Amino acid sequence: MSLELRDIHKSFGPIRANDGVSLTVEAGTLHALLGENGAGKSTLMKIVSGFISADSGEVILDGQRLDLASPKDAIRAGIGMLHQDPLVFLPFTVLDNFLLGGPGGVRVDRRAGAGDLRETGERFGFAFDPDAPVRSLTVGERQQLEIVRLLWLGASVLILDEPTTGISATQRVKLFETLRSLAGEGMIVIFVSHKLEEVEELCDRVTVMRRGKAVGEAEMPCPTDRLVEMMFGKVLVEAESGKVQAGDVVLELDSVTLRERAITTTDLSLSVRAGEVVGLAGLEGSGQRTLLRACAGLLEPASGRVRIGGRDLTGRGYRDFLAAGMHYLPAGRLEEGLVAGLTVAEHLALTGDDRRFFIDWGEARRLAAARIKDNFIVGAPDSTADALSGGNQQRLLLAMMPPNLRLLLMEHPTRGLDIESADWVWTQLLRRRHGGTAIVFASADLDELLRYSDRILVFFAGEVLRILDARETTGEELGHLIGGKELV
Amino acid sequence: MNPRGLLARSGALLLPVALALGVALLLLQLAGAPPLDAMRLLWDGSVGSAAKVSDTLAAWVPLALAAAGLVITFAAGLWNIGVEGQIVVGAIAATWVARGAPGPADVLVPLILVAGIAGGTLWALLAGVLKTRGRVNEIFGGLGLDFVASGLAIYLIIGPWKRAGIASTSGTDLFRPEAYLPTVGASRLPALAVGLAVLAVILVYVLMRGTLLGLRLKAVGRNARSAHVMGIPTEWYTLGAFALCGALAGLAGAIQATGVFHKLVPAVSGGYGFLGILVVLLAGFRTSWIAPIALFFAAISVGSTQLSLRLDLDSSLGGVLQGVLVLFVILAGGWRLERSRRSRRAAAAAEEA
Repeated sequence: MSLELRDIHKSFGPIRANDGVSLTVEAGTLHALLGENGAGKSTLMKIVSGFISADSGEVILDGQRLDLASPKDAIRAGIGMLHQDPLVFLPFTVLDNFLLGGPGGVRVDRRAGAGDLRETGERFGFAFDPDAPVRSLTVGERQQLEIVRLLWLGASVLILDEPTTGISATQRVKLFETLRSLAGEGMIVIFVSHKLEEVEELCDRVTVMRRGKAVGEAEMPCPTDRLVEMMFGKVLVEAESGKVQAGDVVLELDSVTLRERAITTTDLSLSVRAGEVVGLAGLEGSGQRTLLRACAGLLEPASGRVRIGGRDLTGRGYRDFLAAGMHYLPAGRLEEGLVAGLTVAEHLALTGDDRRFFIDWGEARRLAAARIKDNFIVGAPDSTADALSGGNQQRLLLAMMPPNLRLLLMEHPTRGLDIESADWVWTQLLRRRHGGTAIVFASADLDELLRYSDRILVFFAGEVLRILDARETTGEELGHLIGGKELV
Repeated sequence: MNPRGLLARSGALLLPVALALGVALLLLQLAGAPPLDAMRLLWDGSVGSAAKVSDTLAAWVPLALAAAGLVITFAAGLWNIGVEGQIVVGAIAATWVARGAPGPADVLVPLILVAGIAGGTLWALLAGVLKTRGRVNEIFGGLGLDFVASGLAIYLIIGPWKRAGIASTSGTDLFRPEAYLPTVGASRLPALAVGLAVLAVILVYVLMRGTLLGLRLKAVGRNARSAHVMGIPTEWYTLGAFALCGALAGLAGAIQATGVFHKLVPAVSGGYGFLGILVVLLAGFRTSWIAPIALFFAAISVGSTQLSLRLDLDSSLGGVLQGVLVLFVILAGGWRLERSRRSRRAAAAAEEA
């Protein structure tokens, strides 16, 4: 048996996530799909598992062309995907989650289901309490449940998207054992990752993706240098030179304790100087956003003081923070940055001169046209924000920033952008930094964190685990710390 | 615009109108009335004579005022169902001044109108504060306040403001003539009221089209989170939208009391608040369409009273016609949106291939 992908194309707006990918995976092998963030791995696997449909191309399993319109079709064909965040219904019990999406009609045979869950679990040494709420399970356990569920549904192709993110070291060992034994039984197992060491440890074959294309394939073991070269095209760039002489303290946190939903950050002190770039690393939702929101004045600290430019702003409103020279660019561009349905010219008028009551639309359009040109936005003054691509939305957000800022707070400044757009965004940001703006940004991209930060705060489960000097750390060390583990 | 686009645009407008007309004719047929006669009566009853035109304009004023106000609240993302109550409280405040304040018409009438504006504004702000501070959805808060307002009007009519010797829900005593809104000569044409309504519609048009305030209201309405992050004080803008709509609704209430009934009656709003919502929906939230559509609706409302007089039909048939029309237009809008989305997707796929 084999799984074959032929010439898969998929675009999101102008971004070609998959640009003619072909790939064959044989049964009984552990096949790795390796590539950096945004290389197109997840898109490709979501196409194979029916979550999104390809613009063109074929998926062939065991000689048969599959017509995948939904995950249900994929599961019926025997293809199951384990997502980065396991798709579980938190308030439901383990057994309910197991039975959801199962075959059969209206009637649910819970007793038989519980038996199946136990049996399938035992094959791999997983034990579940069927009545426990899934909320009480760790991410690793949720993964195990999801694997068992997919196998019970008859999956003969198992796709795992970055499965080691957020699970403990022991769970990782167990997961790898399970995957090896599944491959040994003749299943097709595809392991999607951007972590070289895991691919080297686990897999038999590897396909490397870069910028939407499959750029190479190799038998494991394979020299690490070769894999790195395939992933990045060239040897990694060292940290950006030309750091700026740090100026006065711009942002000061004094024993701040933050509480927001499940996140608690205790007793954090930090000072950021003018011209300094501080990166926030960590798994998604480990406290980076909470910290940024507190620095922006959108979240009041439970205790401690927040000062910007020497002024104590603790407990003051968001607009006082803005007046102090802070600017915040959240991750959700259309959710909390731009307004869908309003045009580029309207956005610029909204954030421009606020002392005038009437708007001269002729002038506003001319101004918008000039800003569009300066910021290389692909769009017109009358294009609505939601009609712009992700990269152009980010350019518009940058164009909307006031000229003289003390402090710039950002979440994922280049997420979803192609490399050119990302480079352009950072050129703009670094120019501001040279002008004396302090930048604090959260990112999931280790490369970005290492390249542009002076210091990196590593978050784990809400707390700052370590503060690193970006010049003296490595991607490996950072990766381990993000997983909550010191490098041994 | 190319001819095909123009055809599609006018088709999108005419088709639902034709469908609504078809349904109305069918209903008339079912009710046993000759449809053509009914249509003629509708025409004669609304614009057939100078007096009828005056009546239609008198109905147009509160409808246009309410609809203009609702354009503002809709722009701010609010379903101001409380507009009906805001009209009633405007009328109550106007009645209070009309009954108590001395002075000649030149002083009294402006005072009455200002009181109506103040009453409507306060009632709307109540719904606004319930929303921003009490987290009560404006639809529920507004609906509740509608009942409170009409309850208050009835209480005043049969209680403190009852006519000497009789407690009747037919209304308070008539105001003294100085408190009547002036009309043109001996006719029933409420020139001042029409002038105020025209002015209000123009002001709302300018506000939404050419001011930073209007643009910010739109931003708050479409995405309050983004607006907040941009530094717009969203709570103030929400309350501001309520206040502006309430002011116009209150003015409508005052005009109803002093210009139409010359007293406070329980049904002083005439349902023009709710009808105003339909007008705005039919206008697609565009101020420029408010005046003609409100005029059309006013004509149907006034004309349909003829149906009950002459053909022994219920005058609510006019309301049915208005409702059906709005439903079809909204349906056509949704259908068009879906079609353009589909064709855009198809175009993207074709480009890829």
